[in-house]
Amino acid sequence: MKPAEISALLRLEAALDLRQRAAWAGMLLYVVSAVYVCYLAVKGGLGVATWNALFWIILLFAAFNALARSFQREDAGRQLYLYTLVDPSSVVLARVLYNALTMVVLGLVSLLIYSLLMGSEVLREADLLQFVLAVIVGATGFATVLTLISAIAARAGNGIGLMAILGFPLVLPLLLLVMRVSKLALDGVAWSVTGTYFGGLVLLDVITVTLAWILFPYLWRD
Amino acid sequence: MELRHWWWKFLAIALLLFASITALRTPLTPALVHVSPDRIAPGTSVIEVLGYNTDFQAGSTVVYLENADQRVCPSSTEVTDATHVQATFDVPTGLKEHLTTVGVDRLRYEGALFTEGLGQGIEGGACGPNEASSTVADAPFAFPNRSILYESIRNLHFHVPMWFTMIVLMAISMVQSIRVLGSNALEQDRTAELAAQVGLVFCGLGLVTGAFWARATWGAFWTNDVKLNGAAVTGLIYLAYFVLRGTVQDAHKRARLAAIYNIFAFVLLVMFLFVVPRLNAVDSLHPGNGGNSGFSDLDLDNRLRMIFYPAVLGWVLLGVWMLNLRVRAARIAEPLDP
Repeated sequence: MKPAEISALLRLEAALDLRQRAAWAGMLLYVVSAVYVCYLAVKGGLGVATWNALFWIILLFAAFNALARSFQREDAGRQLYLYTLVDPSSVVLARVLYNALTMVVLGLVSLLIYSLLMGSEVLREADLLQFVLAVIVGATGFATVLTLISAIAARAGNGIGLMAILGFPLVLPLLLLVMRVSKLALDGVAWSVTGTYFGGLVLLDVITVTLAWILFPYLWRD
Repeated sequence: MELRHWWWKFLAIALLLFASITALRTPLTPALVHVSPDRIAPGTSVIEVLGYNTDFQAGSTVVYLENADQRVCPSSTEVTDATHVQATFDVPTGLKEHLTTVGVDRLRYEGALFTEGLGQGIEGGACGPNEASSTVADAPFAFPNRSILYESIRNLHFHVPMWFTMIVLMAISMVQSIRVLGSNALEQDRTAELAAQVGLVFCGLGLVTGAFWARATWGAFWTNDVKLNGAAVTGLIYLAYFVLRGTVQDAHKRARLAAIYNIFAFVLLVMFLFVVPRLNAVDSLHPGNGGNSGFSDLDLDNRLRMIFYPAVLGWVLLGVWMLNLRVRAARIAEPLDP
């Protein structure tokens, strides 16, 4: 793990994404379409609990869609090339960072589109700072859990289907916690109550990153 | 085939026999389980009390009402049989508290009667708990008798050990997976897979015993509860683990991928089972969660523990024994390449 390697790999990822702008456009269109389907399916206002649940379900599916690319787009040749150049733990840390960044941007954009289409009355009572923080921590959590799963699924040579099967049960602890804390934020509950939840979420993020960092080198070997 | 190698199998059998027989045969302590009607007002009231495992006898059984340490004695008592007694009271005006306790000999039903016509208190009657009475059969060894739980308390010795055994087997599976990453040996990979399979069997048994217990106590086979969701997620994780194994053809690659998933999943599972419920505990029905007491509070004289710990050890040993048999059978059926 070297900071120089990580920053080089981050720049590589960014350059690849800039070259293939269709990928980002695809992710955004996925979110917009999902929100629009919900908008058409749900007529009339939603309660706070349902509004919150629907938002996280959309973001969860968007995360699976976005992070499946992470290791799929790499062919065996380039993997071997990277393997000779850098440390595997640098690769996984760079991927986790880049995916977390992607997911945070995607989460905030989703929130914007979602509150535009589905109505933002729910946000009037809410503690917005806490809600946005929940989106950021939750999106980061999705990225940290799913990066390693994406790598395993890509290695198993089976695409997004396997990733969903492997990923869903593992995302659940995070999903339940983040849905609870964002619901509390929507109800405008004080920091003293939500603090423990944020602490638990950050702990979960740190544990999954550490595990990915330890386990990825074994996955990379062939 | 020496005895010193299989002593633990005899221990498992002995513990399971002891725990299962005592868990099923031990009687419950006598208790009052039902009082009707559920409210009293000043005037004449006939109170019917239903006992469980009691031995009420005409002539010696004493029934009384108690409200703020003041007792009301019955004008007449009629014992129908060993578990039914009926008493007529002239309820006075001026009882202090909203809830009146019904007592029969040394048994009490706390706050059984909603009380009307409150006041500053009354002159207490002279009747009271009959400590010396033999009308309540006193078993030398009995389980606590609690409302809602009743006879289902025996399930403690079957339901809970299943989860202990499952966690032990999944932990064995994870340790084997760590060894796979170190050595890339297929032998350990197979043990990891078989341990997860046997663990999943115990997960299923835990779910079934839990579902029947939930039906008896909560009224439904399944509720949306953190503990139950944890159990369901455990099942999903290990089914996904088997799907992953089924997808990869190359044995060494399968061993490594499955090991990585297994380690990652086990750590997250431990978080889900033991950390998230602590944070999300506000709405759980399950004992030991959400402000509900565990069984340690019911069991002040350690009678449940004397059977519970042997039961846990017995079931864990049985699980390990099952794994041992599966591994040996697999070695014979499909020898790995040297």
